[in-house]
Formats: sequence, structure tokens, C-alpha cells
Amino acid sequence: MYKKTNKFVENKRLKLSNSQLKWETIFRRILIAMSILLVVIILGVLATLIVESMPSIKSLGIGFLWGKVWDPVSNIYGAYPFLVGTLLTSFIALIISVPFSYAIAIYLGEYNPKGWLSDLLKNAIELIAAVPSIIYGFWGLFVLVPIIRTFEMKIGVAPYGIGVLTSSLILAVMIIPYAASLGITLIRMVPSPLKEAAYGLGATRFEVIRSVIMPYTRSGLFAGVLLSLGRALGETMAVTMLIGNTSAVADSIKNAIFGPGNTMASVIANEFTEADHTEYLSALIELGLVLFFVTVIINLIGKRIITRFTND
Amino acid sequence: MELNIGLRNTKSAIFKGIIVFFAFLITVPLIVVLGYIIKQGIFQVNWHFLTSVPAPVGETGGGIINALVGSFIMVMVAAVVAIPVGMAAGIYLSENPRSKLAYYSGLCVDILQGVPSIVVGIVVYFWIVKPLGTFSALSGSAALAIMMLPIVIRSTEQTLKMLPDSLKEAALSLGVPYHRVILKVIVPCGFAGILSGIMLSIARVIGETAPLLFTAFGNPYLSYSLTKPMESLPHLIFTYATSPYDDWHNLAWGASFILLMFVLVLNIFTKVLTRKWKVQL
Repeated sequence: MYKKTNKFVENKRLKLSNSQLKWETIFRRILIAMSILLVVIILGVLATLIVESMPSIKSLGIGFLWGKVWDPVSNIYGAYPFLVGTLLTSFIALIISVPFSYAIAIYLGEYNPKGWLSDLLKNAIELIAAVPSIIYGFWGLFVLVPIIRTFEMKIGVAPYGIGVLTSSLILAVMIIPYAASLGITLIRMVPSPLKEAAYGLGATRFEVIRSVIMPYTRSGLFAGVLLSLGRALGETMAVTMLIGNTSAVADSIKNAIFGPGNTMASVIANEFTEADHTEYLSALIELGLVLFFVTVIINLIGKRIITRFTND
Repeated sequence: MELNIGLRNTKSAIFKGIIVFFAFLITVPLIVVLGYIIKQGIFQVNWHFLTSVPAPVGETGGGIINALVGSFIMVMVAAVVAIPVGMAAGIYLSENPRSKLAYYSGLCVDILQGVPSIVVGIVVYFWIVKPLGTFSALSGSAALAIMMLPIVIRSTEQTLKMLPDSLKEAALSLGVPYHRVILKVIVPCGFAGILSGIMLSIARVIGETAPLLFTAFGNPYLSYSLTKPMESLPHLIFTYATSPYDDWHNLAWGASFILLMFVLVLNIFTKVLTRKWKVQL
């Protein structure tokens, strides 16, 4: 269809007046130029990050990634505390969020796909995604932190209030919509003959969900979780406000979870404008480069799985 | 299936109970957060609050006019750049879905969607702030425009792809030149979808703080100049929320309330638009 239309346009073009022809060519070129611009932006982002982090890549090498000390004053840079902080906050958030996003996907995809109640819940989920992260951070700082502090006092760990756990809780709420809304769409795509066949064999609703819907949508739901993870890794403001911003490596697992920490994004947000010499700045940019690669790869894998799923 | 039917039904009912419980539990944090922001913020808002600049430490009162103006200017400039570029790229992607360029720029849209906003801030810092030698509203707008692009492109592309080919063919058969077919037939037909994408992208970037930290930076005074640092609502909230003064916290609560209202109104508007025109995003 597309080829044919184009040939048709090509023939027609001969008969068009000169000025129209000129405009048409200009219009096509603009469309092409804007698409090229996108590629240029991405290449530019990549080039800028690589070039600007060169001083640090050269002087620190690959050891940067597992250097345990981050001390700009003595000019020692190691990314390990931030890698751990980022992975820890993201994975705790993911573990908390998955039951919720799966439950929402199953409820709105299978149990209650239509009606006012389903609309209401769906809007609520979209609203969760719409609230800016700075507002979650602000709220967390004044409401969640005191609650966590009391909780920490009860269980007998140092009552910081702020820290990895607090950030993970807020992150979990923020990333639920991404996996949930994709899950809803995917679960609704399960062909009804499959489900009806299972019901016809006498399966209960739970059995249909477990043995028909879940296997059918597994890869897609996983892709949704990956997209959530991509969000969590790159989330900056709420985490920066709640994590406590300590670049020291925690001495025990308990302190790593309940105590303050730092993520790649939060250390960049905090220290970028203070970085007063080249190596310091470029170490921060190298963190940005790592963050860029990790989130981009996770997102692309997620997107690829979804494309394959929806095309089948 | 060795279990008796009564047990299996019970299991099914328990499972449903768990699902419903978790599905609705998520509304609790939403209601709590929204309720708290509204409770703390709504009494801060008055005419003085909306029309004056923040007061220095120790003085009561003060407002957020610098942030309101700043956010408005920066988002508008970003939109003026991102909307035409995004629409053009979106039109290209929907018109030439199989071309090589479409594959690569489609890939770039996917990548751009996943780039953490703080990384956009870093990059724009080196593109605009460093060459100009100063933090500026212009660089803030550039960062926001980059954040807006993928949403505008995807919504344009998806809306236009849903339009029937016969529309375009009918116009072409009448001898209408290609650019007029696109601009006068195809784009107007998909207008609601594109507009809701634009609204969504504005709602998204108006609350973005991270890309503004190293670009627009913030400014305690009212500024209209694109080449000077400029305050924005989310950045003002960040600075004042993390300060140790109660007066400043109150200012930040008020600003949060205003920001939340903006986002809510934009989202509701998008919702109404998509429902009325039956477009899907």
C-alpha cells in the first residue's frame, strides 16, 4: 500500500506547478531532517558523556567501578558505594512494587475490565505516575521519614529516618504504574478462546489465571517490570531528598538497608555544581555515562520484548 | 486436579480477595500524598503568594511569582521548540514506517524515553551552559524540550497510524500536493490525539527538577531573561523544602500545591480530550 501510494505521488508530481513542487520537496526534507535530528541528539548525548568523562576514564580505568572510596578532597573516586546504593534502592523498590503491579494488572485486566470502579482505579494509577517526583520527595521528607524513624527505633536500629529503605518505599509507589498499565493491556490481549477452553474443562478462576493467563503474558509482564526498573534506576529527585547522601560504604547489611546511602543519580544531583576540578567533574559524568548505558539497555530489552509480544 | 471442588473454589475466592486487596491498597499512598499536599498547601495560597517574590530568611510572607513566571517561560520555550520538531519526526515515522532512517530514529525515541532526566541535565550543561558561561533559562528550556520530544513524537506517530489510508488517498487523488495533504487533512484528523500527547508532555516536564539543577539553576528574583538563571516551581520546592526554615517550608508547600494543581488540570484536560475524540494513546 505504502509503495503504491508513493509511486502515485511520484507520477502526480510531474503535473504539479513549480512552486508547489518546491514546497513539497522542502516539506519532505524537513520531515527527514527532524528524524535525523533525533539520531544526532542521541549520538550527541553519548559523545558528550564519553568525551567529558575521558579524564576520569583515563586516570582511573575500569577500577573506577569497584573503587570503594569516594573522597573528592583527596581526589579518590570509586563508584562502588553508588552502584550498591542504586541497585539496592531499585531492587527493594521493585520487590515491593511487583505484587502491587501484578495485582492491579490482573484485577483490571481480568476481574474487572469495565465499569466505573475500574475506571476510577485506572485513573488513580495514572495519577500516581503524573505526580512529580519532587512532590513525593517533599512528602516523604516530612511524613514518611518520621514514621520510618519511629519504626527504626522500635526494631532497634539507628533511627536515621532518611535512608535506603525510605527511598525504596517512595520509589516503589512511583514505579508501580509503569508495570501495572502495561500489564493491564497485555492481560486483556489474552484470547478469550484460551480462557473459555480452560473454563470449559472446569477450571476455577484462579486456575485459569495461574495456568492460562500467567504463562501467556509472562514475558510481557516481565518487560513491564524491566521498564519499572529503568525508571527506578534513573529516578533522581525523590531519592536525593530521602536517601541521606552518604558516600561511605555501609559496614553491615542492616546499615546498608536502614542507614543512609547514595545513588548514582543522587550523587550527581548533589555534587555536580560543587565539582571544582576536572577530575571530580569527569568522575561524576562517568557515573552519568554508566547510568545512561544501564537504563538504556534495560529499557531497550523491555521494549523489544513488548514489540515481540504484541506482534505475535 | 485431585482437590475437591469446594476447596478449589475457596482457593479461587481467597486469591481474588488478595488481588482486590493489593489492587486497591495502592490508592492509599495516592490519597495520603494528595491529601497532605492539599492540606498543607491550600492555606498558603493567596493573592500575595502568587504575586510576590520569596521573602528573605527571617521575614514572613513572600510568594512564588518568580517560579511561576520561570516555569511558564521555560515550558513555553521548550514547547515551541519540541512540538514542531516532534510532530515532524512523528509524521515521518508514521509515513515511512519501513525506511532505514525510521528504524534508527524510532530506536532513538525509545532510547530518549529511557534516558534519566539527570543525564539530560548533564549533557545540556555541556551543550549550552558551558559555552555561554552562565546558567540560563535557555538551557533549562533545551533540557525540557529534549524530555518532551519522545512523548510528542510517539503520540503523533500513533495517532496518525490509526487514520485510514483512504483519507490520504482521497486527498491525493484530487491532486492535492503531499505537504497540503499532511498538513490540511491528516494532521487535523489526528489533532485531538496529537494535542493530548502535547498536553501530557507538558504535564510531564512541568514537574521535572533534575534536568534544571545544572541548567536553569534557580533565581530568588523575578527574571524574564532567557540568558540568565531562572527559578522554576519544582526547583523552588526542592530548594525551600530542603532548607531548615519553617517559613520556607510553608512556601514550598504552597508551591507544591500549585504544581500539583497544574499537573492535575493538564491530566484531566487530556483525559477529557481523549474520551471526547475516542483516541487512544
